[in-house]
Amino acid sequence: MTATPPLFEIDDLRVSVADKQIVNGLTLSLRPGEVHAIMGPNGSGKSTLANSLMGHPRYTVTGGDVRLQGESVAEMAPDERARAGLFLAFQYPTDIPGVSMINFLRRAMSARRGEEIPVREFRQVLNDVLGRLQMDEQFVRRYVNDGFSGGEKKRAEILQLGLLQPLVAVMDETDSGLDIDALRIVSEGINTFHSDDNAILLITHYQRILRYVQPDHVHVLIGGRIVESGDASLAEVLERDGYEPFMERTSEGVLTS
Amino acid sequence: MTTPASEAPVSPRSEYEFGFHDDVEALVKLPKGLSREVVNTISDIKEEPEWMRKLRLKALDHFNARPMPEWGGDLSDIDFNDIHYYVRATDRDESAWEDVPDYIKDTYDKLGIPEAEKQGLLAGVGAQYDSEVVYHNIREDLEEKGVLFLGTDQALREYPDLVKEYFTTVIPPNDNKFAALNTAVWSGGSFIYVPPGVHVDIPLQAYFRINSEDMGQFERTLIIADEGSQIHYVEGCTAPIYSSDSLHSAVVEIICKAGSNVRYTTIQNWSNNVYNLVTKRATAYRDAVMTWVDGNLGSKLTMKYPAVYLMEPGAHGEVLSIASAGQGQQLDAGAKIVHAAPNTTSVITSKSLSMDGGRSSYRGLLKVYDGADGCRSNVRCDALMLDEHSRSDTYPVMEIDEKKVDIGHEATVSKVGDEQLFYLMARGLSEEEATKMIVNGFVEPIIKSLPLEYAVEMNRLIELQMEGSIG
Repeated sequence: MTATPPLFEIDDLRVSVADKQIVNGLTLSLRPGEVHAIMGPNGSGKSTLANSLMGHPRYTVTGGDVRLQGESVAEMAPDERARAGLFLAFQYPTDIPGVSMINFLRRAMSARRGEEIPVREFRQVLNDVLGRLQMDEQFVRRYVNDGFSGGEKKRAEILQLGLLQPLVAVMDETDSGLDIDALRIVSEGINTFHSDDNAILLITHYQRILRYVQPDHVHVLIGGRIVESGDASLAEVLERDGYEPFMERTSEGVLTS
Repeated sequence: MTTPASEAPVSPRSEYEFGFHDDVEALVKLPKGLSREVVNTISDIKEEPEWMRKLRLKALDHFNARPMPEWGGDLSDIDFNDIHYYVRATDRDESAWEDVPDYIKDTYDKLGIPEAEKQGLLAGVGAQYDSEVVYHNIREDLEEKGVLFLGTDQALREYPDLVKEYFTTVIPPNDNKFAALNTAVWSGGSFIYVPPGVHVDIPLQAYFRINSEDMGQFERTLIIADEGSQIHYVEGCTAPIYSSDSLHSAVVEIICKAGSNVRYTTIQNWSNNVYNLVTKRATAYRDAVMTWVDGNLGSKLTMKYPAVYLMEPGAHGEVLSIASAGQGQQLDAGAKIVHAAPNTTSVITSKSLSMDGGRSSYRGLLKVYDGADGCRSNVRCDALMLDEHSRSDTYPVMEIDEKKVDIGHEATVSKVGDEQLFYLMARGLSEEEATKMIVNGFVEPIIKSLPLEYAVEMNRLIELQMEGSIG
C-alpha cells in the first residue's frame, strides 16, 4: 500500500433518525482508485448511511465526521456536497413530472462544473454515455424517473454517474431489482466510470454485483457499525454462510456504543 | 382620494415590475360613484345608439337588484361608491403608434408591447389605457381579407348592426352581478370578426393597463369566428401598485360558429391591489373548437371561470388554467363546461400553485344535459403548495344528467416534496433552483400549449413570484 492520502474518510460517524441511533460509530477510509463494498442485512443501517453521507435533512449526524479530500463535508447541504464531488446513486430515485431528463442533466452538469456547459459539448458527452449504457436517445426526452421501470431508474442513475464524474460515488443497493442483463450493463457502467482518480462505495445486501464490480475491500455492516473487514473473499464467505455468524459479534459492540 | 377602499395593508409583490404609474392628468374623469347619471354620461360621451343606452340602464337595475356573491373570495371591502367608473386619458383611438401620446407610449414601451409587433410576432395589437382603447392596429393582408380587429366602442360606431346582433347573446346582462355592472358601464375592449374560412395564423394581442388610482376597468370584448375560421387572441394585463384597491370587471363573449377554431390566451399580471372579477364565456357550434388558456399570476382577488357551452354535435371545449398565488393573494379560478348537445367533448386541465401564504382554488362545473349522449370529458386539477402556510382548495362540481357519457376526473394536492428537493440537490442544484425546477415541471402541461414567447413570459413571471417566497 502506497502512502496516498485518503480521498474519502468516514470517521466515527453516528447518525440518528427520529431520535433513534442507526449508525453507531462507523469508520472507513477510501483511497483514490479503490472500490469498497459495505454488505449488511436488512435493518443494519445501509440506507441511513448512504443518505446521511449525502446530507439528507431527515438524518441527523450526532457525532463523528465525513471528509472529502481532507475537507469536512458533514455540515454541507446536499448540493454543496454534490458540487464538491460526492455522488449518491439512489436506491429509490424520485420522479419529477414535467421536468425532462435532458434539462435536468444539463443543469446538474453545469452545477457540478460551476459554469454553464455549452450545448454542443453536453450533447457529445451525453450521447457518448448513453451509447455505453445501451440507452436510447429518446430516453432523455422523458420526465425525470417518471414512469420508469425499476431497471430504467437504475440505468438513469448510472447515466448521471457517468455525466457528473464525481470523486466519490456511493451506490445504494444499485443491484436491487435488476434482472441479469440490466445488472451486467449497470455494472459495466460503474466499471467504465471507475478510474485511479475516484473511489466507489458499493452498499449492498447481496454479493451478486460484486461478480461484476471487483471490490478491493469488503466490510460487514451490522447494527450500524463495521464488524468485519476483508478482501473480496469475504463476500464469498457471506454468500456461503450468510450474515448469521457475524450477528453475535455485534451485540456487545452495539451495547457499548 | 378620500377613504381607501380597503383598510387592509396592501402587500405588493416586492418583485412586481409593472408597479410604476404615470402622473397623467386625465382628459375626462367622472366623479366617484355609480348612478343612472354616471351611466347616462358614459353613454353620452360615447355618442351611442339609444338601444345601448337602454341596455346599460337595464343592466344597472340588474346590478342594483342583485346581492353580492357570498362564495369564492371576500368581496365585502369593495366600495362601489369609491370607484371612478370612467377615466379617459386621451381623446382618440390611434392606429398609428406615432400618434399615441408620448406618456402612454412610454408605458407600453416599458411593457415591451410595440417591440413584439415590430418583430412581426403578432398579427395585430390593441392597447387599452384605463377606460379607453388607445391603439389598435392589424396587419394589412388580414384587413383585406375582411378581418375586423378594433376597439368595441369603435365597432359600435362603425358596425352597429354587427355589434347589436351578438352583444349580450352569450352573457346576458343579468347573468351575474359583475356581468351586470360591466354591461352598465362598459368601455373599451376588443371587437374581432373573422370571416368564413379565414385563418389568422399568428396571434392578435391586446394589452390592458390600469393607470389611475381608485378606478374600475370594465372592458367588453366580443369575438365572432365565422364558419371554418381560425383565430388566436392573447391578452395581458398590468396595473400600478396603489395603497387602495382597483376593480377590473371584464366581460368576454365569444361565438365559435361551425367548424371554427378559437383560442383565447390570458396572462393576467395585475398588481396586488386589483379585484379581478371577470365573466368569460364562449358558445361553440358544430365541430367548432374553443380553447381558453388562462394564466393568473396577479391581483388581490381573482374570481374567473372561463366557460364553453357546447351547443351542437362535434363541438370541443378546452380550458387550460394556471393560477399562482403569492403573499396576500387569493386566486379563485377554474372552468365551466356545458355539454348541451350529443357527441361533444371537453378537457379541463388546471394547475394551482400557492406560496408565501397565498391561496389558490380550483372551482369547476361540468354539466351534461339529458340527451347529450356520447359526450366525453376529462377533468384534471392539480394543486402544489410551496410551504406550510399557503393554502389550496378544489371545488369540482359535476352535474351529469345523461347516462351514456364518458367522464374522467382526477385531482391531486401536493406539497413540494422533501424527497424531490433532496434528489435534485444531491445532483448539485441549489434549493432555489431545485424548487423552480419542480414548479416548472408542475405547470409544464399548460406552458407547452402556449406559443413560445408566451411560454417564456409565463415561466419568467412564475419565477419572479417565487423569488420572494423561497428562503
